[in-house]
Amino acid sequence: MQSQTTEPIIEFDRVDKSFGDLLVLDELSFRVDPGERVTLIGPSGSGKTTILRLLMTLEKVTPKADPEREGGVVWLEGKPYSHMEKKGALVPANEKWLRQRRSRVGMVFQQFNLFPNMNVLRNVTEAQVHVAGRGKEEAEAKARDLLELVGLAEKTGEYPSHLSGGQQQRVAIARALAMDPDVLLLDEVTSALDPELVADVLAVLRDVADTTSITMLCVTHEMGFARDVSDRVMMFDGGRIVEQGAPDAMFSEPQEARTQDFLRAVLAE
Amino acid sequence: MQTGWSNETLREIFPAIWDGFLVVLQVTLVAGIIAVVLGLLVAVGERNGPVWLRRPLGAVFQFIRNTPLLVQVLIVWTATSLYINPDWSAFAVGSTVLGLHYASYTSESYRAGIDAIPKGQWEAATALNLPGHRVWGAIVLPQMFRRSAAAVGNWIIAMFKEVPTLFIIGVMEMIAEARAFQGQHYTGAVEGYTLAGLLFLAASYPVAVAMRRLENRLAKSNY
Repeated sequence: MQSQTTEPIIEFDRVDKSFGDLLVLDELSFRVDPGERVTLIGPSGSGKTTILRLLMTLEKVTPKADPEREGGVVWLEGKPYSHMEKKGALVPANEKWLRQRRSRVGMVFQQFNLFPNMNVLRNVTEAQVHVAGRGKEEAEAKARDLLELVGLAEKTGEYPSHLSGGQQQRVAIARALAMDPDVLLLDEVTSALDPELVADVLAVLRDVADTTSITMLCVTHEMGFARDVSDRVMMFDGGRIVEQGAPDAMFSEPQEARTQDFLRAVLAE
Repeated sequence: MQTGWSNETLREIFPAIWDGFLVVLQVTLVAGIIAVVLGLLVAVGERNGPVWLRRPLGAVFQFIRNTPLLVQVLIVWTATSLYINPDWSAFAVGSTVLGLHYASYTSESYRAGIDAIPKGQWEAATALNLPGHRVWGAIVLPQMFRRSAAAVGNWIIAMFKEVPTLFIIGVMEMIAEARAFQGQHYTGAVEGYTLAGLLFLAASYPVAVAMRRLENRLAKSNY
């Protein structure tokens, strides 16, 4: 849960995000503590995925005229992230600033997004070598360890097209973890998988949650997973937080009617 | 003046037509390199170049695509010999214009190959913070080449068959050779043109077959 004593690793300060006329995030503010596991739930279009995409810098916040007074800024590890400081003022971040900052964050996507022209090993070593600057041997050793962790030690030479969706997603998890991110974003990572493949991916993520102190933000419809892994569940609707709390309380005694309706609908599936 | 087919004339005209064929191959080589390389630069530039450059670049190549090669050849040849340098050879100017013209087509094939790469891969590259030269060099271009190789190959075959257009500015390819022979000997037009056609067929058919096989092989590959 949030506490006032630790510095948050992530802070959204009155963030707006609109696509054309559509307001997706409306003055959204929240904080995430280091090591915290947060699950974002809510109907589709409620802004959950947009939050992850803002954190991965795949989208930009809608700028406000005076960020010092009005907010509209995403902070990461105590420093502005969607913005940067220039002559004492906050201005929208440029690509150079984002390049410096975004390596602290990793993301796993709904559609896996492995590089199809690279075998499994190279998918996991590419950024280690060309972003983190590790030597080839060091990167490969780390990749093999991580592929072992996700149960794919024998698949290092395979191309993604020869793997099942569940296997591809586990490689994608290894690829993200190889960069030692402080924050891991999981965007509906089991939604594109056949039901029988979901369990393996969730088992890997449970393992990651149990054995690391990585901060995790997770958009999912897997309520059992959310309940087991997360410290906090946030319910979104219309770009705002409807309700948030510890998973046990949220799932057994949701206070808001919208949360109750949503959970009833999801759990009835 | 002889009017019918003559094997004798065929034998006499063969060396001239063969010289013309070698010129066609040379033009194809030079123009082909321009079309393959410049087309790629244009496709990448339209996607990744400075914003102020993208629209003008697209517009220029749209214009090139939509005007006849013959007109372009005549305009550039006239302009260069009148205003720039009358010593530039028809071979150099013609090959360049032909290569530029076909670059406008190959760039479209490359562009289609780039556009076919799912958005998710660009996003994964951003999520891994890969620098631009790796995103292009290690992820986008290798996939793009596979997708566009066959189409670009077919443009080069089409370009090869359009080399005779350059006879209008005096490039001594096969048609120009046949006409020159006819001008001297008052015979050989039918034999010369037929020979030219057969040589085009003999050269382009195996390449077309090879392109088709390449296409099939790439379709069965890992990505």
